[in-house]
Amino acid sequence: MADLEELYREIILDHYRSPRNRGELDSPPAHRVEGFNPLCGDEVVVSMVVENGTLADLKIAGSGCSISQSSASLMSAAVKGKPVGEVRQLINTFKGMMTIHEASLEHDGDGADEPEEINLDKLGELAALQGVVKFPVRIKCATLSWNALAQGLDEVAAEAS
Amino acid sequence: MTGAAAPAPGLGPIDVEVLRKDFPLLSRTVHDRPIVYLDSAATALQPRQVLAAMDHYYETTHANVHRGVYATAEESTALYERARVVTGRFIGAPDPAHEVVFTKNTTESLNLVAHSWGRANLRAGDAVLLTEMEHHANIVPWMILSEEVGGLDIRYIPIDADGRLVLDDLDTLIDGVKVVGISTMSNVLGTINPVSHIAEVAHRAGALVVADGAQLVPHAPVDVTALGVDFIAFSAHKMMGPTGIGVLWGRAELLDAMAPFLGGGGMILDVKLDSFRPAPPPARFEAGTPPIAEAVGLTAAIEYLSDIGMDRIRAHELALTNHALARLDEKLGTDCRVFGPPAGDDRGGVLSLAYRDVHAHDLAQVLDQFGVCVRPGHHCAKPLMRKLGVQATARASLSLFSDEHDIEVLIEGLLEAGRLFG
Repeated sequence: MADLEELYREIILDHYRSPRNRGELDSPPAHRVEGFNPLCGDEVVVSMVVENGTLADLKIAGSGCSISQSSASLMSAAVKGKPVGEVRQLINTFKGMMTIHEASLEHDGDGADEPEEINLDKLGELAALQGVVKFPVRIKCATLSWNALAQGLDEVAAEAS
Repeated sequence: MTGAAAPAPGLGPIDVEVLRKDFPLLSRTVHDRPIVYLDSAATALQPRQVLAAMDHYYETTHANVHRGVYATAEESTALYERARVVTGRFIGAPDPAHEVVFTKNTTESLNLVAHSWGRANLRAGDAVLLTEMEHHANIVPWMILSEEVGGLDIRYIPIDADGRLVLDDLDTLIDGVKVVGISTMSNVLGTINPVSHIAEVAHRAGALVVADGAQLVPHAPVDVTALGVDFIAFSAHKMMGPTGIGVLWGRAELLDAMAPFLGGGGMILDVKLDSFRPAPPPARFEAGTPPIAEAVGLTAAIEYLSDIGMDRIRAHELALTNHALARLDEKLGTDCRVFGPPAGDDRGGVLSLAYRDVHAHDLAQVLDQFGVCVRPGHHCAKPLMRKLGVQATARASLSLFSDEHDIEVLIEGLLEAGRLFG
């Protein structure tokens, strides 16, 4: 069960059992984005407030499996209060970690086209989710809330311009 | 085991140990454990007899059908048409050569009815009666048609807490209905519906009945005349045949009156620059090169199932379903909820589970480590999931090769999931 323990790290189970920043913000003024995984029915609702270039507040609602819900909770803890530019970088880093597996399959480890090194140190607690890449079907669970957040930031930026 | 139905006279119960040897895939391991395949409701495994028949066809006979005059083309056509007759006889079709249409799968068969029969016979405001336990394949085609014709009145027969249809108001619900779409057996609840009763009520009201046979045809004797339906759809791959071929059986006079669904080669009598004349059924509904090797595989699958006997397969799966329900209750108690009717004759071997508050995906992930294949998710029945008040279930489904050991490994895995997420 070694793979399973790697997938379901204690920190993931903790965020699943006690999700952080749970709930919804009044919208408006908050911006609200829904994410669905049509394959399994997982749902996540990200509501966010961007003020002066900072992700001032954010809450997570919805329901789903331990991976989708803990990833959303970990995300909320990592990005809340951060400048939007930094949040976008983190989204890229996280999604990069989630695609390592596919990239390594494609390139078959010949070293010529290795994907850009992902600095797991930058991810902090989020690195606990790296076990997910061994279970490709679950990657969509892990990235559900991140895609919703990215979409929300794009929409907020578009509204502002 | 408990509640075993009496096997057919003169035949004992099936010997699972012997039959298991027919399925090459059952000899593999997953995560260093023997595979425990409990996902036959999604797709069945194939016995080597089916694989051998398809190999033999490709190695000795393959040619396109209904065209060439050379020997292998004649043989190929004969095999393809024989599959039609074998399939029709298997479900008691009065006129197999005329009434059995090969499609891609159950979904395409149901779409064929909605788009060919439905488009010609349904107008804005007409009523369609479905059930709350239908698979999306028997809901969405009617919704697509509804948009096309400017709005159908789509109604649903509700289900009760045990996952059975509530038929008290059927006489009211059926009023004005042109077509009833009904699952013979739910792919989520395992409920075997009283289709012949509903067909009787429907016909009295002047409605046709389109049955989704995907789950029942592979697991119990089915006779379309006794069921009293007008159409029935099912897939080869759920009955130990290959993927890529499905069946639509329809009453001859209905098929005769229906327009083609897909156009192309093989479905015409004549084509001019400004018009075409369609071929008679079943060719009318089989545009393009059909799944020939798959038809050969379907024949082999039906012969395999028939040699064992559908009565005996049903008796085995019913007994094991009842055993599984009893064991799950005994070992897991109220921690484990199984949706659908309690043990009994109106239940097939589909066990949709909720265990404690562990999400179905997490259950299935832990079970995978035990080699257990179950399906997590909404099973293409989202309206039903909403009615049940769950987002997803973990579904274990039985087959003729399933045994009591499979159930014990399932329980072992569920207990581990409980420990992990407890």
